[in-house]
Parts: sequence; C-alpha cells; structure tokens
Amino acid sequence: MKIAIPVDEQNLESNVCPSFGRSPHLLFYNTVTKETYYLDNTAVASQGGAGIRVSQVIADHGVRALITSRCGENAEKVLRKSEVLIYKSIPGTARQNIEAFVAEQLILLRDFHPGFHGHEK
Amino acid sequence: MKSKGVRIAILSGKGGTGKTLVSVNIASIAGKSVYVDCDVEEPNGYLFFKPDNVREEIISVKIPVIDEDQCNGCRKCVDFCKFNALAFIKNKPYVFEEVCHSCGGCMLLCPEKAIREQEKAIGKVQVGVSGNVRVYTGIMNAGEASGIPIIKNLLEKSILDNTFPVFVDCPPGSSCIVMESIKDADYCILVAEPTVFGVYNLSMVYDLVRLFNKPHGVVLNKCLDGENPAESFCVENNVPILGRIPFENNLGSLNSNAKIATRESERYKVLFSSLLETVMKEVLHETTINP
Repeated sequence: MKIAIPVDEQNLESNVCPSFGRSPHLLFYNTVTKETYYLDNTAVASQGGAGIRVSQVIADHGVRALITSRCGENAEKVLRKSEVLIYKSIPGTARQNIEAFVAEQLILLRDFHPGFHGHEK
Repeated sequence: MKSKGVRIAILSGKGGTGKTLVSVNIASIAGKSVYVDCDVEEPNGYLFFKPDNVREEIISVKIPVIDEDQCNGCRKCVDFCKFNALAFIKNKPYVFEEVCHSCGGCMLLCPEKAIREQEKAIGKVQVGVSGNVRVYTGIMNAGEASGIPIIKNLLEKSILDNTFPVFVDCPPGSSCIVMESIKDADYCILVAEPTVFGVYNLSMVYDLVRLFNKPHGVVLNKCLDGENPAESFCVENNVPILGRIPFENNLGSLNSNAKIATRESERYKVLFSSLLETVMKEVLHETTINP
C-alpha cells in the first residue's frame, strides 16, 4: 500500500509539514516494498487551490492513505473521490508517523477546514 | 468648484474607522455627486442615503460546466488552470466553483469542446437617488469568495456619471478587492483612528496607495485632546492631513441612527464642507502637477 505525507524536508527524519497544500515536498512510501521517494510540491506558491492540486498529484500516484496534520474541504473532496483515506499525523518525524500507521495507531482525520481560496482579506 | 468627474476613493486598513462616515457626508455636500459603495461584503452607505427609485441588476460570473460524456480525459484543462479549480479523478472531471476565477481558458483549450460556461449569480448592484446624490451599492451574496466582479460592474457603471464627482467607499483592508476599488481613483482619502493600532492599519493603506502611485491624504477621525499617534505618523511621513473629525457623542448618535450628519446639523455641514474643500484643492493641485 502506498501512503503519502507532506514534509518540510526530503528525508524520513523530517517533521510532518503543518500545511498540506503548501508543504514544500511530498513523501511517498510503499508499506510493502518499503520504498521511498519524494516530489516537490508544484502548488506551494499557487494563488489558490493548492490543496486541490496536491490531492490530484496524490491520487495520480495511486496513494491509498494520506497522513497529514490538517486538510481543507476541497482537498478532502478530491481525496474522497480518489478513495484516499486521510489520517491525522502525530507529533514527531515522518518515520515515526509511518511506524504508527503500520502499527494501526493513527486515527482518521475528522475536521476539514474551509479553504482560503486566494481571496485573502 | 472644478470637480467634474473627479474620482475619490476613501479607504482604511480596517473596518470601523469612518470610511462610510466620511464618504457619505462629503458626497452629500458636494452638489450633484455620485456615491459608490464598494464594500460589497457589508455595504452600509445605502442605510444613510435611503435612496429612492432603486434599480437592481444581478451580477453573475461564468463557471465552466464539463460534459462528462464528451470529456476524453486529456487533462489539458486541469494542467492549464493556474487557480487549481479543476481536478480529474477516476476518469471524471470536477470543477471547484469557488476557486474558479472565470477566465474561460479551460473552455477555449478543450480539444473535445466538452466545456461550456454557465452563469452563476454572485450578487447584485443597486442604483438609486438620494437628494443630489446618485447612490450605487454593490451587494455580494453570502458565502461567495470574491466580490471583484461586482466592484468592476459598479465602477464601470459609475464611470458613465463622469460629469459629477464620484466618491468610492472602499472595503476595509488592502487586499485585491481594495486594489480594484482604487484602481481608477484620482485621489485617495485614508481615514485613520488616533491609536497605535490605528497607525498600523493606516500604514497598510499608506503603503498600498504609494504602490499604486495615487495622490493621497489622511482624515484623522475620532480625534480627542492629547497625543494622536496617527497624526504623528502623518507628520513623520509628510502625508497631508486633510481634516480632523472630533470624537463626539452627537456625531456618534447621528451616525448610529443612520442619519447623515451634514443633513442634520449646521456644525457638521461646516466641518465636512471644509474637509471637502481641502480634498478638492489637493485633487486639483495633484492634477495640475500630475496631469
């Protein structure tokens, strides 16, 4: 199963980025092969809809579960349609979050915030 | 007074500083004039003017609608949309209406011609008359993300009234919607409160009008005896002070009862007339040196 985590740095000791849509990088991890790879987030400087764009990337990479600290309503919609489960991250590194996920200790994220949609006030 | 068609925007860094107080009162003593309420999220100028003969127009934007059967999943539209308003999931296209900026690019680009545009109402524009003032009001529907199309429509309409001075009551802050409101202004009036927080808000709009190269001056509102940090800011930065409005019960109660002070009290009529005169002098001065 492939999982994704928004991360500040491209390594497993990075913390989980507090922002999903605006995280600088995405970590992809395959729980079967234990393979890891990273992508730069092209939506990091978008005017708006960053969560939608990142969710599209995650869906396109065949991810089944996302571990994140927050997630917006629009991103949630894309992820739901893509059948990606959204788990709430725990404090600590990406590695600790992967271990917690594998040990089935993470819970599903339930709160989805409304977007800001680039119409900054 | 040579004030033909002059466009004056009234703005401030936050709500409640007195934009509407200043706009409504100077518009009401400017002879024949035009008042435009661009604060489309919570317009309140009409509460003071209580305009008659109100005509109304619905303002819509165009939102793409994708025919799923005609869509071949090439994703050209998804890749093109720089606002990220489109997604393509499990062989189905999705449109996020509130993220869409109605640019129409996706429709032009679609090789299958699977995208058409549909009108979506986001608010309305009202035009009415109150004494000598023609009153334009923009009203955005609750829940909409951007009032910019409403402001564009308001300003286009009011520009036709170019034989009279136009007073544009801006939304609070210094965001896109304020930029849109001051874009065509000949002069900007910044309204400021006499507090440290007021200075912070003043500095935001001060930076904005300088960025837009707009001639500007400050109205000090809610003035009390003693130190006025907003006044010190103006002195330090060489910003003209156009006038001072005292912090008074009388003015406060007239205002909170939705009365136009200049129409109720001779004293306030004199106060705002002198403010308007100073503004017009500044505007003429600016247009002479900067035609």
